Amino acid sequence: MSVLVYIENWNGKFKKSTCELVSYGKRLANGLGGSLTLLSIGRVAEDELKNLGAYGAGKILSAETDAPLDDKAYASLIASAAQNSGATLVVMAHNVTGKALAPRVAVRLNAGLVSAVNGLPVSYQPFVVSKKAFSGKSLMQAEITSDIKVITLSQNTAGIETFAGNAAVETMDASAVTSGINVLSTEVQTGKILLSEADVVVSGGRGMRSADNWKPLEELAGVLGAATACSRPVSDEGWRPHHEHVGQTGKVVAPNLYFALGISGAIQHLAGISSSKVIVAVNKDPEAPIFSAADYGIVGDLQTVLPKMTEAFRKLKASS
Amino acid sequence: MNILVCISNVPDTTTRIKYSADMKSVDYSGVQWIINPWDELALTRAIELKEANPALVQKITVITAGGADAEPTLRKALACGADDAIRVDAAGGDSLFTATQLAHAVKGEPFDVILCGIESSDYNGSAVGGMLAELLDYNSVSAVSSLNLEGNSVKVTREIDGGKQSIETSAPVVLIVQKGIAINPRIPSMRGIMTARTKPLKVVAAAAAAPGSKVVGYQAPPQKSACKMIDPENMDELVHLLHTEARVI
Ligand SMILES: Cc1cc2nc3c(=O)[nH]c(=O)nc-3n(C[C@H](O)[C@H](O)[C@H](O)COP(=O)(O)OP(=O)(O)OC[C@H]3O[C@@H](n4cnc5c(N)ncnc54)[C@H](O)[C@@H]3O)c2cc1C
Repeated sequence: MSVLVYIENWNGKFKKSTCELVSYGKRLANGLGGSLTLLSIGRVAEDELKNLGAYGAGKILSAETDAPLDDKAYASLIASAAQNSGATLVVMAHNVTGKALAPRVAVRLNAGLVSAVNGLPVSYQPFVVSKKAFSGKSLMQAEITSDIKVITLSQNTAGIETFAGNAAVETMDASAVTSGINVLSTEVQTGKILLSEADVVVSGGRGMRSADNWKPLEELAGVLGAATACSRPVSDEGWRPHHEHVGQTGKVVAPNLYFALGISGAIQHLAGISSSKVIVAVNKDPEAPIFSAADYGIVGDLQTVLPKMTEAFRKLKASS
Repeated sequence: MNILVCISNVPDTTTRIKYSADMKSVDYSGVQWIINPWDELALTRAIELKEANPALVQKITVITAGGADAEPTLRKALACGADDAIRVDAAGGDSLFTATQLAHAVKGEPFDVILCGIESSDYNGSAVGGMLAELLDYNSVSAVSSLNLEGNSVKVTREIDGGKQSIETSAPVVLIVQKGIAINPRIPSMRGIMTARTKPLKVVAAAAAAPGSKVVGYQAPPQKSACKMIDPENMDELVHLLHTEARVI
């Protein structure tokens, strides 16, 4: 019972979420009594790959290619790596890429897929995993019944563990990777903390009143090293870009700390934030439903509360 | 061009989830059913494209795999502006089962662009679109937030972690779409509802297919402890609690 984990790089580098995924894969391999193999597609320096040894990586297959992410081509490479390494469990992150590739890999391997798993299996034999369903309103346990299994892991749910050991890198032939898509241009946000990676998220709702009022929110985010986010009407109005929209139809986030500023707490918004470890809500309405989802609440007007809050955090940061 | 939009029939997003006594299944009694929100946006974009260029987009078909009880949701899609509908008579099953049913009904049919939502709001699987593409051996692009058609060329924007890419590909293709593809979902007009009654809805028999997974049981999510209220004049206390009690900063 060996495990294959697909690891994604961002311009040749791995992120914290990769370390989480690798150490999760190692614990799965231990639980199944098998070995762990990683597959990297793209161009990553050997040292960067070997660093993953600290998170439990043993063998790392490196498929070097300049081809951009093409769902079909990448999935076929992952499926071959699984077959060649004799993996019975394939693991990916439940992020944009994992969502694109895991279903195709599952079909290629004739495997059952359970996505957005939230931690180690409930049982290995039968193989039962737990995940959220109905956008966070329910927890569900599912058994994967096929011989080969595919899962994707929800970010920030398994934690990072370190292991002793070294990783060995082997190259995997990727010359057959051709692309059915043509990338015309790529636009990357720079100098901003990514919503998907952030430990702290500062999010604003319609209670922020207008696009011009975002300055104090960004100031708070700056002090905390936080990513910024928003509720759906805010992005629909064009006050903020769509990629900041959190909730049922936007992004699902799981930071350690989430600030809901002027957000009423509609069920569809909560669907995107219910995995946050701690939620702080500011709302002028003491009856706002957000307070039943929050850990800490402040009833007040953002115009006065927000600058004071930022000041208080600034003091803490200056003293630590 | 013919566009196919895959529709998942899901409980309204405000539904309170109830369970059977043994917690092994969801109790759907009294549930209001809707078009999965992402599928609704996909359908909206398809209708916009057809309205903008009827010579290019000839037909919009909607499809679902489900029992007869899913037909009102398909009729709603027809009322919004789809031309015809297919129901694969196969209820239940996991994403692999569902994708296999859809592929069985679609294989060999002249669909150029197949749109699927990035997930369905019930099981949040993010799986059917990619599986369908693989079963049909079509290209796919996921996390698509804008779509334009020019001749046989399909131009999309896809989200990547921390950015976006503009991509060109060609039909046939499966596009897995998310927020941005359309903003305000189409609401059926009175006339739309009238004409939807007579639009064709074809029922296709289920294919033999084995699921790859099954639900073992459900649990209600853990209850949150009560919210601690903090005086708006005392932000130092908030900072102190987050620092020493919650230990998140
Ligand atoms: C199918 C579907 C999917 C949806 N998906 C999403 C989704 O993904 N994400 C999402 O967010 N929503 C989603 N929604 C919309 C959702 O139902 C709510 O309408 C939305 O979340 C409300 O956004 P809001 O909290 O910013 O605005 P409002 O509900 O208008 O709340 C604004 C809040 O700000 C407070 N406020 C106003 N002024 C001040 C002030 N000066 N100081 C302090 N507080 C103030 C008010 O008391 C109020 O509580 C969806 C809806 C549907 C039907």
